[in-house]
Amino acid sequence: MNTLALWFHRIGSPPTAYRLAGRITPWMYGIGAVLGAVALYGGLVLAPPDYQQGDAYRIIFIHVPSAWMSLFAYLFMAANAFVALVWRIKLSEILAMASAPIGAAFTLVTLVTGALWGKPMWGTWWTWDARLTSELVLLFLYLGVIGLYHAIDDRRQAARAAGFLALIGIVNLPIVHFSVNWWNTLHQGSTVRLLGPSKIDAAMAWPLLLMALATHLWFFGSVLARTRNGLLELDAGKEWVRSIALQGESAGGSA
Amino acid sequence: MSDFLAMGGYAAYVWPSFAVFFIVLAFEALAPRAQRKRILASIRGRIRRERDRKPT
Repeated sequence: MNTLALWFHRIGSPPTAYRLAGRITPWMYGIGAVLGAVALYGGLVLAPPDYQQGDAYRIIFIHVPSAWMSLFAYLFMAANAFVALVWRIKLSEILAMASAPIGAAFTLVTLVTGALWGKPMWGTWWTWDARLTSELVLLFLYLGVIGLYHAIDDRRQAARAAGFLALIGIVNLPIVHFSVNWWNTLHQGSTVRLLGPSKIDAAMAWPLLLMALATHLWFFGSVLARTRNGLLELDAGKEWVRSIALQGESAGGSA
Repeated sequence: MSDFLAMGGYAAYVWPSFAVFFIVLAFEALAPRAQRKRILASIRGRIRRERDRKPT
């Protein structure tokens, strides 16, 4: 085996992955929380009110990062599901399933904050237009993946079936993303764009981007914490897991 | 301060949004810890049952 394959093999071995994830997770949560707090201060206090929407626009600082994460988490889940289905890598199965709950959480936050923003700006909590409906479908896809994963007893078979569903559901991602361009909708178009100039003032842009970074870190914290649990379940009969279990209740978080 | 809390009249929409954001994400972060405890307890139970089956 060449060095890269050897390294990959080592990282992929459950005890190593478990220990590595245990070391990284607190940093993800910690830095994510600090950056999130700074972004909140920037968004709620430092950024000026919007000239049209007044202070109601401040919901953008959580709504948009959550919406980005709802798509990013799905991409991450589907990519891992693909690797798991093609190469049968156990770690990918676990990573894919670990990203479903946090993805669903961000999707739920997106829908609820969207409704709370829609009421004062559009005059309605909800409307069956393309962006809102496709985001709701995204939530159902997440719930379907989680439900299917827990409906099958054999963990590996469950991960494969749920991963397959996750892959089919990927057709929904471009629909969510482009819905504001393809259909007439109440929902406003993209404010921040990767290509071309963004339509947002710098004082509003930095808290938004910082919050996006914070939610990414929070996402990976959650994924790694759940991955550790998945590895414990996967190797429940192995010695390294048994010794962790026998360390007793005192062995709370550390590796 | 009360100006800040009033959010230009949109307090009823802005603050619940942020509350939902924090509650959902905090709950989601606590869930893996509870799950970990459940898994380790069930593994301990399995080890105990195996020991009981073959007396030393």
